[in-house]
Amino acid sequence: MNLTRKRRIYNILLVLLFSISGIFMILYSLNTNLDYFFTPSELMKREISSNKRIKIGGMVLSGSVKRQGSVISFVITDYENSIDVIYEGIVPDLFKEDSGVVALGYLQNDIFEAEEVLAKHDENYMPPSIEIKNDN
Amino acid sequence: MIKKFIHQFASPKTYLFQVERVYKFILYFSLVVYFVSLIWGLLFTQEDFVQGNSFRIIYLHVPASFLSQSLYVSMAVASFVYIVWRVKLAAYLVISIAPIGALTTFIALTSGSIWGIPTWGTWWQWDARITSTLILFIMYLGLISLHSSFANYEKADKLLSWLAIVGAINVPIIKKSVDWWSTLHQSASITLTDKPSIDPSMLYPLIGSMIGFFGITICLVIISSKYQIFIREKNKSWIKEYV
Repeated sequence: MNLTRKRRIYNILLVLLFSISGIFMILYSLNTNLDYFFTPSELMKREISSNKRIKIGGMVLSGSVKRQGSVISFVITDYENSIDVIYEGIVPDLFKEDSGVVALGYLQNDIFEAEEVLAKHDENYMPPSIEIKNDN
Repeated sequence: MIKKFIHQFASPKTYLFQVERVYKFILYFSLVVYFVSLIWGLLFTQEDFVQGNSFRIIYLHVPASFLSQSLYVSMAVASFVYIVWRVKLAAYLVISIAPIGALTTFIALTSGSIWGIPTWGTWWQWDARITSTLILFIMYLGLISLHSSFANYEKADKLLSWLAIVGAINVPIIKKSVDWWSTLHQSASITLTDKPSIDPSMLYPLIGSMIGFFGITICLVIISSKYQIFIREKNKSWIKEYV
């Protein structure tokens, strides 16, 4: 390989090195700000004022869902810590006990008042017949 | 021998004639594979145990997302070849791939939004995966408009190649976004290291649809690169004979 081509390759590597370290520094300094939601355990560790709108995510604790008219209350858990949530409105079809959920709202005296509730599903896909077999 | 082959293939003329030979075969093959997989996936697989029938958009969403990232990688590779060896054909390929990449990214974003409504309960959220894919789409559009803003093709090619290489940093970020940060989007079902977390009855049509979609995009890139060669080499004598 002649000298010009070698120099061009070094140039590319140098540009890549600088831009990767730049991007890395940006991502590093943004750190948790890029997280879409807090888990209940992360929420315990930090002080969040009641007028700050946040998202919390985790699993719906089984047996915790209670409906009263259009108001629904449930517990979001990461199986270490958990938090009580109340919400007035319609939840997505995929909202179920023991499945993923993300709630957007305000933390008021240890109770999370949600304005929006989204369902989060995992990466497993299978037909219902196989799922029944796995359970037994 | 290999060197001679590469040198020959790198000439737009040989490329055009060679591609012409395989184009129809790839097109018919991938159309058949894609539609067979689509019909298989839509009609002959059971519904998902959580998402019901709405999971079936996977046969469009996953191939489109996969291709949107792969096309960017191939664009960056072509840019590298152009910058180091100054192969003209590589420069033509860079600008030919960009609109096809923008198209597949657009399909990925749209199908993802449509999928999000019945499952997540929202069509758009600023989570790391969705936002980085939007950045990919905007980058494709930026590269296309940058190239067309130059009157001098050679300058445009050089700048485009450099930017395409720098922008390639976004691809691993998209790929790993679901692992590095908490996102609404689920993590990958098919990985190189682990057993797929998708049932084989759904996996086979998915792989088929990815192969088919891949072939269709290759054909689109071939058409787009032919157009590019015609414009850029229009004064060459062989083009006049060809047309």
